[in-house]
Amino acid sequence: MKFTEEHEWLRPEDDLIVVGITEHAAEQLGDIVFVELPEEGTTVSKDEEVVVIESVKAASDILAPIDGEIVEVNDVLANDPGKVNEDPMGDGWFFKIRPSEPSQMDDYMSEAEYKDMIS
Amino acid sequence: MSDAPQDAPLTRLKLHDLHAELGAKMVPFAGHEMPVQYATGVMKEHLHTRAAAGLFDVSHMGQVILKGADPETLALGLESLIPAAVLGLGQGRQRYGLLTNEAGGIRDDLMFANRGDHLFVVVNAACKAADISHMREALGGIEVVEITDRCLLALQGPGAEAALAALAPEVAQMRFMDVASVTLAGAEAWVSRSGYTGEDGFEISVPAEAAEALARALLAQEGVLPIGLGARDSLRLEAGLCLYGHDINEETTPLEAGLGWSIQKARRKGGARAGGFPGAERILAEVESGPARLRVGLRPEGRAPMREGVALFDGETPVGAITSGAFGPSLQAPVSMGYVPTALCAVGTKLAGELRGRMAAVTVDSLPFLPAQFKR
Repeated sequence: MKFTEEHEWLRPEDDLIVVGITEHAAEQLGDIVFVELPEEGTTVSKDEEVVVIESVKAASDILAPIDGEIVEVNDVLANDPGKVNEDPMGDGWFFKIRPSEPSQMDDYMSEAEYKDMIS
Repeated sequence: MSDAPQDAPLTRLKLHDLHAELGAKMVPFAGHEMPVQYATGVMKEHLHTRAAAGLFDVSHMGQVILKGADPETLALGLESLIPAAVLGLGQGRQRYGLLTNEAGGIRDDLMFANRGDHLFVVVNAACKAADISHMREALGGIEVVEITDRCLLALQGPGAEAALAALAPEVAQMRFMDVASVTLAGAEAWVSRSGYTGEDGFEISVPAEAAEALARALLAQEGVLPIGLGARDSLRLEAGLCLYGHDINEETTPLEAGLGWSIQKARRKGGARAGGFPGAERILAEVESGPARLRVGLRPEGRAPMREGVALFDGETPVGAITSGAFGPSLQAPVSMGYVPTALCAVGTKLAGELRGRMAAVTVDSLPFLPAQFKR
């Protein structure tokens, strides 16, 4: 599992990468009330805005951490965005992406490095 | 209550340490370091206030006393600055008022109470310095005293009466907009039955040295939790109440803002003391013929909030903008307020809001979004 400076986690699952936000990020955002996910089948580039999160405080954008194709999104979040607060590292995942440049994963932090960054 | 410049040094609340102990997250707001939420979180704090009771520290607001003249002089003095009737307000009663400018815009909104030999006025934090110098310049022969040695607490929600009455049983007899001096935590508190949430409740001005004891005594009552500014904002938005600097400002008139009810008959055309406040010509003309635009409630479709600044369209035509918007925890839906031309203000009117480059449907709704629970 890898972590970005934008507080996303990336978990390899077969040939896909599952993406979500960390517990730390979910806490900072506060109660999440709306999540807008990309359409399945969309091709995205690294650093492109792909998800919009609205919390009780403000709107935030989530950037695509790598190039690839969005192959699945977590539809549950449309009606139950609070899942992101309840279980950010599990059921609160955002999307699964098929990477076109898997080596881009190497740029990101290990869990220990991420914990260091937020401490 | 608009936000103050970021570079000014922040004032710490007298109850700062108590907020820290209660797990508050502090943020800069209107020149003060304010609790925006506690460990409970904004959503639960909001719902708790509507279900039980919430204690808010709003000591950043300005507390001002007008005194040093007979009651009629004080009342007529304040009437020269606001369109509300002050003369005729009974002793022990409070009213909502607006400081207006010469163009008919709103300098600030405030509460004023007749406390016998003086008027007690509560103004917004971000406006208080300007309000006080405005009152001092305009009100010759009246002393304008800023009260800086008292805190202001608000206790709101259906459980507020029981919680405060446990400390002072007489408050149960007060009705909406009554004010009284009440001994709380061994000190003389000035209590009003009012608030900024749409719920029943009290606003309590208490000497600073007694504020912590009072706050702890209230938090010890069943069902009372500390509530931050975050929930205060969503509570007042669901209740359809204006936030100064956002929903009302120097450019909006009382009638445009839907606050014509705060101009009593005596100050209107044909009234005993018609006009005589800044901007009277425009404001009283709008009382007669209606304003060109109006603040309305807006319900976005779906779950995405439309926040302040979102442009509103009728088809392709830009018609206004959102001035406040958030997710309403009690409604479990996004709610907004904004200004639209009077022709588009009917409940049910379909408009569009531009959200992240796309048009999203939004429908005009009546205010408040939730019925008020005041004890009249």
